[in-house]
Amino acid sequence: MSPAQRPPSERVRVTASRRSAPRHTARPVADELSDQTVLGEIYVRGLMRAQLRLALSLLLLAVLLLGGVPVLFAMLPQTRTVTLGPLPLPWVTLGLVVYPAIVISARYYVRASERLEAAFVDVVGRG
Amino acid sequence: MRPASLAAIALVCVLTVTVGTLGLRMSRATSDFYVAGRTVTPRRNASAIAGEYLSAASFLGVAGLMYQRGIDILWFPVGWTVGYLVLLVLVAAPLRRSGAYTLSDFAELRLESRQIRGFASLLTVGIGFLYLLPQFQGAGLALRQATGWPAWIGALLVSVVVLAAVAVGGMRSITLVQAMQYWIKLTAIAIPAFVLLAIWSQHSSGPVELGDWAVPSTDPAGLYTTYSTMLALCLGTMGLPHVLVRFYTNPDGRDARRTTVGVLALLGGFYIFPPVYAVLGHIHLPHLAPGTRVDTMALQLPEAMTDGRSATLLTAVLAGGAFAAFLSTASGLVISVAGVVDQDVLRPLVARRTGEDAHSSVSYRMAATVAVIVPALLSRVVEPLGLAATVTLAFAVAASTFAPLLVLGVWWHRLTTTGALAGLAVGTLSALVTLGAAFLHVEPHGWPGLLLAQPAAWSVPLAFVTMVVVSRLTPGKVPPHTNRTLSRLHTPESLLPP
Repeated sequence: MSPAQRPPSERVRVTASRRSAPRHTARPVADELSDQTVLGEIYVRGLMRAQLRLALSLLLLAVLLLGGVPVLFAMLPQTRTVTLGPLPLPWVTLGLVVYPAIVISARYYVRASERLEAAFVDVVGRG
Repeated sequence: MRPASLAAIALVCVLTVTVGTLGLRMSRATSDFYVAGRTVTPRRNASAIAGEYLSAASFLGVAGLMYQRGIDILWFPVGWTVGYLVLLVLVAAPLRRSGAYTLSDFAELRLESRQIRGFASLLTVGIGFLYLLPQFQGAGLALRQATGWPAWIGALLVSVVVLAAVAVGGMRSITLVQAMQYWIKLTAIAIPAFVLLAIWSQHSSGPVELGDWAVPSTDPAGLYTTYSTMLALCLGTMGLPHVLVRFYTNPDGRDARRTTVGVLALLGGFYIFPPVYAVLGHIHLPHLAPGTRVDTMALQLPEAMTDGRSATLLTAVLAGGAFAAFLSTASGLVISVAGVVDQDVLRPLVARRTGEDAHSSVSYRMAATVAVIVPALLSRVVEPLGLAATVTLAFAVAASTFAPLLVLGVWWHRLTTTGALAGLAVGTLSALVTLGAAFLHVEPHGWPGLLLAQPAAWSVPLAFVTMVVVSRLTPGKVPPHTNRTLSRLHTPESLLPP
């Protein structure tokens, strides 16, 4: 019996089940994180890179500003003795101004890194 | 013999013990002993961290060293403060999220190696002892300056008070004590500074000529010393045993960061004052009293500028503040050293002897006793190097060992167990060479001497490079759970199940 002579098989109506089959749902990334899956780790790597960039740029700024002070004193000798009001410039910068500057940059860092974390929580948050 | 100074010192000691024992009833579990059950608010924790951090070197050492060597010493307090900034941006929140009590716990958790844990414990104890040494020596110097008593009584007094406060109350009571001691220290350094400034301004006429003393040095040796010291202080802070343990008392990583900002403000507020003493000393104290060290310069200043009751009173306030500095730093160091000695040596030993019967606080109290007695005895044997110089050495050791371990451990996925071990070994070796040279007074002339005296500029990069290169050469030794550990260190707590 050649295939052409085979009697046509009965037609079957194919329908998609609309209700009972489990729908494919996206798993919240937060679950990937709390279950410590590989996918969760990949998401955290993105956050880590952003945090590291923030940390390094702040440190670079600190190195340039603070590390530049001795260079400035060496290159421009008059900066070593010039006075700002009653005090010599080196005493004003290293004894006074430096501390509020440190606190301000620390506050800036804390805000920026909390913003990074908040954005991360928004993206991956339990949804 | 000056009764007022003695009364001020006694008052600080009694306050420390009383507040310390108040915490006794509150601390029951082991985690209470170590980290106050992790329920300290950022504000109080910031005061406690600053209170613990401002040691003999900050209270007396900087003013004395600056009096001796001039404006270049201004970099010391700047470095001690920037160290906290570096700690904040590089490791504060991740370390809190690691959930470890001590540096050894972190090392074991991250690198999954008992060997590295043991190495880290040894280093913690070593750095702790090195940092405790000047606290005991400073106490001896201050008490001798204030009362004329022999130096060993000061060391004994600090030992007894610290043991009473630490062994009895644990971390929660110490948190309270240290928060209080920050404000004692700030008051004790600020009020005499203002009074002495007022006295000086009454008697001065026209601008003061401070000469070369007030001009920063710009020769190569001076620049090298400045940069090397700054590197040691900036990176060493994160590797000090008593600094990290305080971060675990924050509820989460976010609070750990906020606490650090508070600490920076408190430190800056304090460090404005030591230079005032150095400048006034430069003007009014052409020569120190014979047989005294520069470390007690600030204590001699009131008598040089005024006389009678006001000088006695100001000296008493300064002596009391200095003792608050010795006590708070020493108790913080003793707590962390005792924690390591307890966890890694004594508790297993006691458990084996008593068949796990003994309460865990028994071995902790034994460990605290060891952590006080050894450095107190050492401080009698070792020739003093100067408070700020010894503390800076401790920073250099921490910067060339723990700093690379922490920074690479927190940020680098490819750090291997072998690499970490090699880096720690190289850092420890360079530290031992410089410490040996310092304590045996091997001081070659010229650049070799400079490189030995200020090792951080070469030892810190050397340790970092060793850790990175050896890690790249041994890629098979990456700890198996590295990715999981790192994502735990960096994931905000709000995303994790409670």
